[in-house]
Amino acid sequence: MRWLLLKDLQILRRSPLQATLLVLYPVLIAVLVGFAISRDPDKPRVAFLNEVPADSRISVGGEQLPSSNVSDRICRRVECVEVGDREEAEAKVSSGDVLAALILPANLVDKINSLSTLSPGTPKVEVLVNEEDPVKAGLVNDRIDALLAQANLAISRRIATEGSRYLDLVINGGELELLGQRFPILGLRASAQILTALEPALDPRLRASLREVTHFADEARDNLDVAGPLIDRLAQPIAVEKVAVGGSSPPLEIFAIAVAATLTLAFVTVLLVAGSLALEREENAFPRLTRGLVSREALLAEKVLLGVAIGLVVTLLLLAGMQIFVPLQWDRFGLWLVAILAGGGALAAAGAALGAAAREVRAVSLLAFMVTLPIAFLSLVPSGAVGGGVYDAIKVLTAVFPFKPTLQAISAALDSAGSGIGGPLVHLAILIVAYGLLARFALRRFAAV
Amino acid sequence: MPPFRGTVGAMAGGNRAALEAEALVKRYGEREALRGVSFSASAGELVAVIGPNGAGKTTLLSILAGILKPDGGGVAVEEGRVGWVPQQAALYRRLTVEENLLLFARLEKHEDPRASTEQMLELTDLGERRGEIVARLSGGNQQRINIAIGLLARPRVLLLDEPSVGLDPRQRARLWEFVSGLADDGTTVIFSTHDIQEAERYGGRLLVLADGEALFDGAPAQLREAVRREAPEAADRDFETAFVAYLHHRGH
Ligand SMILES: Nc1ncnc2c1ncn2[C@@H]1O[C@H](COP(=O)(O)OP(=O)(O)OP(=O)(O)O)[C@@H](O)[C@H]1O
Ligand SMILES: [Mg+2]
Repeated sequence: MRWLLLKDLQILRRSPLQATLLVLYPVLIAVLVGFAISRDPDKPRVAFLNEVPADSRISVGGEQLPSSNVSDRICRRVECVEVGDREEAEAKVSSGDVLAALILPANLVDKINSLSTLSPGTPKVEVLVNEEDPVKAGLVNDRIDALLAQANLAISRRIATEGSRYLDLVINGGELELLGQRFPILGLRASAQILTALEPALDPRLRASLREVTHFADEARDNLDVAGPLIDRLAQPIAVEKVAVGGSSPPLEIFAIAVAATLTLAFVTVLLVAGSLALEREENAFPRLTRGLVSREALLAEKVLLGVAIGLVVTLLLLAGMQIFVPLQWDRFGLWLVAILAGGGALAAAGAALGAAAREVRAVSLLAFMVTLPIAFLSLVPSGAVGGGVYDAIKVLTAVFPFKPTLQAISAALDSAGSGIGGPLVHLAILIVAYGLLARFALRRFAAV
Repeated sequence: MPPFRGTVGAMAGGNRAALEAEALVKRYGEREALRGVSFSASAGELVAVIGPNGAGKTTLLSILAGILKPDGGGVAVEEGRVGWVPQQAALYRRLTVEENLLLFARLEKHEDPRASTEQMLELTDLGERRGEIVARLSGGNQQRINIAIGLLARPRVLLLDEPSVGLDPRQRARLWEFVSGLADDGTTVIFSTHDIQEAERYGGRLLVLADGEALFDGAPAQLREAVRREAPEAADRDFETAFVAYLHHRGH
């Protein structure tokens, strides 16, 4: 068997194009994925016109917020293109230079400040959009909605705090500041105390009525106490508590690396195993070999070994390359090996079945791409992205091909935060046996024309 | 009789036979490539299988080699000692001449694969081109390596399917010299050919196949006799022409 392995390596060395592709391909993938994950996702370009006077402050209940940091906040989420006036903003939007323009009118802060007065106005911002590209337009709408929701939330919090303060004043008393003047407020609690103190000095006929008033004051105080938290809740009626169900996920960039590694492993092993098996037939060597020199099982094992060995080397090369972009947990190297070997084994067995079934090198290469690529894409479809029935079908399909379990095993091996590696390994072991049997079965009519 | 493949002696008949085939039938769908061909060869015998294209020569040799399973009949031969040189070269065209020979010498578990490789390089006269990729050799030179690989099996029975195709006269002479030497040492050699002269000259026995049937099995002189008898008008022509006339008379 080792001589066959040596022979296949010699042949591989003799095919410079193939060998170069085998090395170049993963390097290319590594670089592409590396760049993709180390760069910020593209921010949409948005023209930004801030007409609010620089010295105006958002003030709610005496506290002041500098308005300048509003633009800072906005420009963190989109790429701001500062414009001088409305015309310029409109021109940029219609020329497509920017996706949208955001205009903060001069009276915005005044209107916001009016929210906590007795005659509240409606603060408005203006958004100009160019909806010629529906995808991008949707993106801009989402971002602006998110920004507005945030701004609204921040402001309503302030107002709620303010409301609670007034309420507190009514209950417990204190000083109210209005138009620069201070007014003392007695408060329900103190009122009730005063009334209780007055009670003995009063006419007994009046006492009953007075007791009712005291009672009301107590009652009101108790109930208004409850109103405080209620008003707070108004500011953010629904709190989001995220609970991860069904597997904790590794960080995004680790997942991206696992995808790159699995793609590389899949293409290298499937193509190599299927191709070199088909080559045995194309060179007419298969009948010569299986006439007592090598058993069919040994030949299959040799091909799988070849695929796993080369796949392992290339995948490790890729991971080493990814190290440039993202630090990897090299202390988990043992687990990496296990995951790559198990995944490579299953992919190689699938490649052997493919090669035995397709039998011709050209057909095999085409088929390997036609099978691996869609399965790889389907494996990346998240649950919930498609209808339930379709997702179930995808789940079955991707469980039958070793790509997805390999991806799961490799991401589990790469990151301790991921889910366990045991399940995927068992899955892969089953696939190795299944595809091995399938390949052996397909070899029965392998030599036939 | 159910298909079987056993050792010599398992079948009725002389123990001296190195190879026996009985009532071989092979069908490809509707087409019957062999229709009950029986045949045996003793140690050291050189048998030439001749017949028109599609007669079933390759099919017969492939069954004898154990590559094809017959649909009927059986073969008795000493397993593991049957060498086979296929009509279509079976070698790795992306390996060098030497790498090919060395690989098969190793797979055949030769004690000294390198020595066997040297021997074959000498036999094929390709020693100087040992480092060349087989794909870049001429067809005839590829055929030489194809034969050499078959010889590496050191077989008791050697099956050669049109071995001389593409070889130049000098190489043919070398091939037959070597093969005759093997037969002298007790190897049974069965070869197919379209060259009637070659068959007559090197084949101690001729097996004529046509449309999957054995028309004739015997010594070259006996075939001449049969040709003279059945196609008297061509009896004075050269053997090849006479043979064609004979086949024609037989309906092929
Ligand atoms: N794999 C196959 N499938 C179908 N038919 C086949 C197959 N192999 C051979 N045949 C048919 O069987 C018959 C015998 O073929 P075979 O190759 O044995 O002939 P041959 O005597 O070797 O011919 P040639 O002199 O051209 O080499 C032919 O009719 C051929 O078409
Ligand atoms: Mg033939």
